Amino acid sequence: MTLDLATRKAAQPHFHTLLLESPFHERLAALDKTNDWYGWAGHKAPHALDDEELEYFAIRSTAAVFDISPMTKYRITGPGAVAFLDRLTVRNVAKLGINRVHYTAWCDDHGHVLDDGTLFRLGESEFRLCCQERHLPWLLDSAEGFAVDIREETGEVAGLALQGPTSYAILKEAGFAGVEALKPFQIGGFAHEGCTVTISRTGFTGDLGYELFVPRALALSLWDRLFEAGKFLGIRAIGYTALNRARIEAGFIVANADFMTAETALRGNRLRLPDEIGLDWMIDLEKPNFNGRRAIMAARAGKTLKHILVGMEIDGNVPPEHALVYHNKRREVGIVTAAIWSPLAKRNIAIASLERPYGERIQDGLWVEIYALRELQYQKLMKRARIVPRPFVTLARRSANPPGLF
Amino acid sequence: MTSFDTIIIGAGHNGVVAAGFLAKSGRKVLVLEAADTAGGGARTVEFAPGFRASGLAHVVNRLHPQVMSSLKLDRTLFEGEAVPTLALDAQRGPAVLHGGYGETLEGVSETEAGAFAAMRKKLLLQAGVLKSFLTRKPPRPGDIGLGDALQLGLTGLSLLRHGRQEARDFARMLLMNVADIADEYLTDDRLKGLIAFDATLGIHLGPRSPTSLLGLFYRLTGEVLGQAGGQYLPKGGMGTLARALETAAIAAGARLRFSSPVAQILTEKGSAIGVVLKNGEELRATEVVSAIHPVTTLQTFLPAGEIDTGLSRSLRHIRSKGNVAKLHLALDRVPVFTGVSLKDQRGRLVIAPSVDHVENAFNPAKYGAFSADPVMEITLPSMGDLSLAPPGACVLSALVQYAPYDLKEGWENGKPRFLETILSTIERYAPDIRSSIVAAELLVPPDIEARYRLPGGHWHHGELQADQLLINRPTFALSGYETPVEGLYLCSAGSHPGGGLSGVPGMNAARHIIAASKARSRR
Repeated sequence: MTLDLATRKAAQPHFHTLLLESPFHERLAALDKTNDWYGWAGHKAPHALDDEELEYFAIRSTAAVFDISPMTKYRITGPGAVAFLDRLTVRNVAKLGINRVHYTAWCDDHGHVLDDGTLFRLGESEFRLCCQERHLPWLLDSAEGFAVDIREETGEVAGLALQGPTSYAILKEAGFAGVEALKPFQIGGFAHEGCTVTISRTGFTGDLGYELFVPRALALSLWDRLFEAGKFLGIRAIGYTALNRARIEAGFIVANADFMTAETALRGNRLRLPDEIGLDWMIDLEKPNFNGRRAIMAARAGKTLKHILVGMEIDGNVPPEHALVYHNKRREVGIVTAAIWSPLAKRNIAIASLERPYGERIQDGLWVEIYALRELQYQKLMKRARIVPRPFVTLARRSANPPGLF
Repeated sequence: MTSFDTIIIGAGHNGVVAAGFLAKSGRKVLVLEAADTAGGGARTVEFAPGFRASGLAHVVNRLHPQVMSSLKLDRTLFEGEAVPTLALDAQRGPAVLHGGYGETLEGVSETEAGAFAAMRKKLLLQAGVLKSFLTRKPPRPGDIGLGDALQLGLTGLSLLRHGRQEARDFARMLLMNVADIADEYLTDDRLKGLIAFDATLGIHLGPRSPTSLLGLFYRLTGEVLGQAGGQYLPKGGMGTLARALETAAIAAGARLRFSSPVAQILTEKGSAIGVVLKNGEELRATEVVSAIHPVTTLQTFLPAGEIDTGLSRSLRHIRSKGNVAKLHLALDRVPVFTGVSLKDQRGRLVIAPSVDHVENAFNPAKYGAFSADPVMEITLPSMGDLSLAPPGACVLSALVQYAPYDLKEGWENGKPRFLETILSTIERYAPDIRSSIVAAELLVPPDIEARYRLPGGHWHHGELQADQLLINRPTFALSGYETPVEGLYLCSAGSHPGGGLSGVPGMNAARHIIAASKARSRR
């Protein structure tokens, strides 16, 4: 069959729309004052809609709404779903209860992390996997021999993160009866417009918060329902810059920011095993084989792990973004992958990737070299860095049961 | 539940060889075979009442001397006399190669004989260098020990010993195509056609395909009766050789169980711990050695998810579709091939009159059709061994290519047409043969797959081409006989160095397993 050019062009609209609009775009655009958009997995997403400081403080003081629809989502169903996900990911999926969520990661044959993400168990054999990168070929190839159906549902499902102290109050006000029963990492189904909104007590801020998923068609009505309920509870739509500050305080890592995912990295020495990016706690060597298991065991046994991811506190108040880390001010031992002045901790905090044994056996004598650009002149600062546990900030309200009404 | 040190899956010749070596090392070895006899493709089968032939392989040309000596095979039981190769030509009569791949020639001009001798000398020298790789585990980059480095160095030296010109020629010729080498040395189409056929038999390449010379090198790395490139037809067919190997394995202490197809390899936390038979019986062992196709071993016999996704992707890309058909004819009298003496009819008769002929036979195979004018090697085993046919009658056994596994029109339709094509081809060389046919059996690759449990019907268990050799055989992650599953090893033709009746993969794997367990116990 030969198609003429016009027909072929018409059948491939992605050439014309380089960045797709999220199901919430209409609402986001109406609130947007900065016109500061970026591309997130092929979608148009805001860095900020308004003032970044106000957006950050909405997360920490009232409630912030962040559009997570561009996040890649897979629906995984079938009698073999648990066995398949156990083979795919490093954590033990059999231990994940129904209506529970866990944070997980998956590796290639060499144990290099392909991505991290959250796995939602929506039923006995029904899951949603949310992540940064696209993995359909890998998922399908990994599914050989398992009775499982895998479908990408990124475009069909709209998602919102509602995060901050008043997030529960807003859901209550919006009439989601029973949402107070949700404990951290728990999922519930709630009625909305004759359909179901899936609400989980999860988030990327380390604060009290929820994530809501609805079919795309109900996106705007869900948005309106939340904003109507949150009118007097400080609800505010936010962009990624504010969220990024909150996630650093919470000590969470971001794929391709704090580590390079295995299929994105072009350079061999950028690949990371879970143990090299602080995900060693997830790995379950007792369950049946999973991708990368043998490589991880071999690296542990042969002591060939090269890197380590640490939290650091830096003297002063200049965030050492992407600064080099030194030992005794001389030997280069790593790089800062994320850093902010934390308004909540009132400290200068950073996540860094170091070369072992620095950060592992050798914890002292670390310095960061900060080039602070001040009116066209660099001021070179050498600041002391101390390794500290993550999260940098722990909020009791995040895990309080029942959730607080602020 | 019985427990063994080693369970070997498959009593094909490599499985039985591995069993012999491993049992000799003191292991308690059990070989499990789905069929009711040992030998796999090296069995003798009765294809018509009173007519018997070697099931798949029908000429012994590379049974490794170390296999013979280590297993103390009684060669008088199966060895036949060296037989010639005949490059047939219906008009001119045959060119006859005597001794190890044409040490002496008959039926060609003196000049041509000289040219062939020069080429033979060159190819045998180069094959001699490659030969040293056969019995060694291929060295893996990043994993090269002192011994490997020394061996590689010695190989380089042995080449340079013959002078710089030889080293240069080796580098030049290694990945060439056989047609160009034929043109470089020869003028006689019969000889050119013969080497084109021998280089491509069992490989999905035509003589003009790049790297096709490798197939000829591989053939010439083989030796029997003390002759590189030598060949003989075993007494009683291949089954006698299979039985000799079986007897040697049993003498070494191995046990064989027949009609015991394996359903699954049992694993526990990433290690092989035994097998489950189709009848549900569980057998435990600390080592499981698979003498069947590597892909079947890892994709079918292991529980889903036992190997990682990247490896299972690369297994999917192993090319393992056969291209050769096996023909058995029961004849009521000895056929007469035009211009061939009765004595020479005991040899290997090759119908491949020119390079073009072989290339033209290959072309349709690329597009899923069989050769309209196929090329083949014919043996008449009953001429040297009267027990294979009723008195006065004769057995014809032929390997015919090209017969692609995935025939576009389907083999149900294609097979009778292909048989007719083959018979009319043979008729051109043995005009009266058709009237003497009592029974005919044609096995095309799907038949070979079903009868010998040989995926794709490919006797090499995977194409024997540059990208599937040495450290990439069967695929990089699996070269060196080990698998990611601890205690599970591969020893079939799918592993280095490859197929043919050599016993080398079985021997190499067994030696590796023995050395590895010694190294472990020293630690």
